[in-house]
Amino acid sequence: MSPVPCGDALPPPRPLRPRPALPAGGGSGARAMELPPGHFPAARAAAVAVEYLRYLRGGPGSGLRLRELQRARRQDIDDVGHKYYLELELEDVLDKDRTVSCTAEVLYHLGSKTSAPDVQLTVQGELRSTEEADKEFYNRIRSLEKELVAENIPDSHGNVPPELEPIHLLAWVASGYVIWQNSTENTKFHLAQVKHVKQVKRNDEDLQFDFVLLLHEMVSQEVLPWEVTLLWHPQRGARVPQSRAAGAGSS
Amino acid sequence: DQVLHIVPETIQQVQHLQLLCSTFMLDLWKPLLPEDIRAGEDLHIRVPAPLVQEMKDSLAQHMISYRVLIPDVQKLVDQSMPRERSSHRQVSGGYVYTEYHPMEEIYQWMTQIQKNNSELVTQHILGKTFENRTMYYLQISQPSNKTKKIIWMDCGIHAREWISPAFCQWFVKEILQNYKTDPKISRFLQNLDFYVLPVLNIDGYIYSWEEDRLWRKSRSPYENGTCYGTDLNRNFNSSWGSVGVSFNCSSDVFCGSGPESEPETRAVAQFIKSKKSDILCYLTIHSYGQLILTPYGSTTKPPSNNEELMQVAKEAAAALKGKYGTSYRVGSTASILYSNSGSSRDWAHTIGIPLSYTFELRDTGTHGFVLPADQIQPTCEETM
Repeated sequence: MSPVPCGDALPPPRPLRPRPALPAGGGSGARAMELPPGHFPAARAAAVAVEYLRYLRGGPGSGLRLRELQRARRQDIDDVGHKYYLELELEDVLDKDRTVSCTAEVLYHLGSKTSAPDVQLTVQGELRSTEEADKEFYNRIRSLEKELVAENIPDSHGNVPPELEPIHLLAWVASGYVIWQNSTENTKFHLAQVKHVKQVKRNDEDLQFDFVLLLHEMVSQEVLPWEVTLLWHPQRGARVPQSRAAGAGSS
Repeated sequence: DQVLHIVPETIQQVQHLQLLCSTFMLDLWKPLLPEDIRAGEDLHIRVPAPLVQEMKDSLAQHMISYRVLIPDVQKLVDQSMPRERSSHRQVSGGYVYTEYHPMEEIYQWMTQIQKNNSELVTQHILGKTFENRTMYYLQISQPSNKTKKIIWMDCGIHAREWISPAFCQWFVKEILQNYKTDPKISRFLQNLDFYVLPVLNIDGYIYSWEEDRLWRKSRSPYENGTCYGTDLNRNFNSSWGSVGVSFNCSSDVFCGSGPESEPETRAVAQFIKSKKSDILCYLTIHSYGQLILTPYGSTTKPPSNNEELMQVAKEAAAALKGKYGTSYRVGSTASILYSNSGSSRDWAHTIGIPLSYTFELRDTGTHGFVLPADQIQPTCEETM
């Protein structure tokens, strides 16, 4: 999936003096106003961009994390919604000295509870190649006699056994998709824990993992269980054919 | 278990030893296999404790002399494990601060801490939880003839935020270990008393160990026992029930049936009210987010001493970052995080405590509440 570079007819950037965000809907038609990157509106949009990127580019050998939100602007587009322009610095969790920059546009659709935000990203810089690790993981899982099953990743003390780290990173891919699909300007999701994962052997070449993921939503503080099916292939990447909020959560 | 050193002298002895090995399934350390046992060569054999006497009897019967190489294998194993740094022992007899501890152990720790540091530390009862557990705080106070101002710190108001009680314990240890040698800490104690509540929401904390790692609230029942728990940090009397809460018990931000409806809240509020003219600083420790939050949550209107609050917080964040490069954001809850009402920090400020902060410790979502124990040390060191 080739990222679409952002940078159409944007107005020239304002001087970088952070201004308090105007109340939603109070902005003028087409101008983008500067947002303090430390405040929650920009932080929430940045989280969506990162989760979307995890879905697009994540895999058993790589996971990205937001290191810094460097700049954020918001544009209130009449009859359409709110669009955030973001400049992010990301790091590879398995190679922390390596960072990449990313510019992202996150459009939350007006009044919509059912439509996912539109995200467009451009990543500058090289992500570490995971071809070897991906192939090795793929072969290892394909050759398992018994389907892989695991639960509580990480465990209560934050530990992940090394052989389950790739599964953990694939859970990030799955949760990246679900979070992207279900985010609004009033939510901020993170994957709290993988409650359960089960591999499902397939006749085609994909690996299939059925997850029960616990997502923490910061604003309501709820922990929400989601059942997510993830298909993954070393060359073709990831796909989520099925996801749904599971029954009443434990909270 | 013991490890015996034997040098068999004859082939008969070798054969007997081989028989013993296979009969008792003994653990050969040297050589590796029974068929490699030779006369005149060293034999090291580990004998499980219940068999030691029988083994020695059998050796004596066959006139095979032996020497005890290791009298207690377990002890040796324990000693060689990198469990804790020796400096921790002085403060509380070997407590491991780089692990998460269940409530029982934290209770024991508090007793030990007072016992081992009685010149400085006293343990006091604050009140009781809903499930009738005693809430204790530790007072760290250097004897002096002047009355001192107080810094209050509570941890663990939300059950799942395990790094928070871990920090309170670390903090106490750090003060007690270094107050004689560290000029900054020694100066602090000359002028200030520290009051530390290591776990505020004890019932919830225990529940997160035994039943549900991601539990947040207390454990008081509502709706005829069909629903449990109040979010204690929405239960204080600061714009209670106005914003960022739910009146539905099943919500994780259920604010209770009224301000201070919960015994835990009342225990803290009563105490702080009684000492408020002496309390200089109120700190409440949470996770996660890497934030230093100032009042308020219920409104974006800044508190009267906002400049001072922000300046101190920014200096704290800078000092924190200097340790391991960890970035903390600084600002009011309403602008940085979300709207909420009934928080302990806002309440402390409204009753007149000038410096009132919420710390949200590591991380920013990668592990969230299940922060690995190997991050306890760096998190605590930078936060100190």
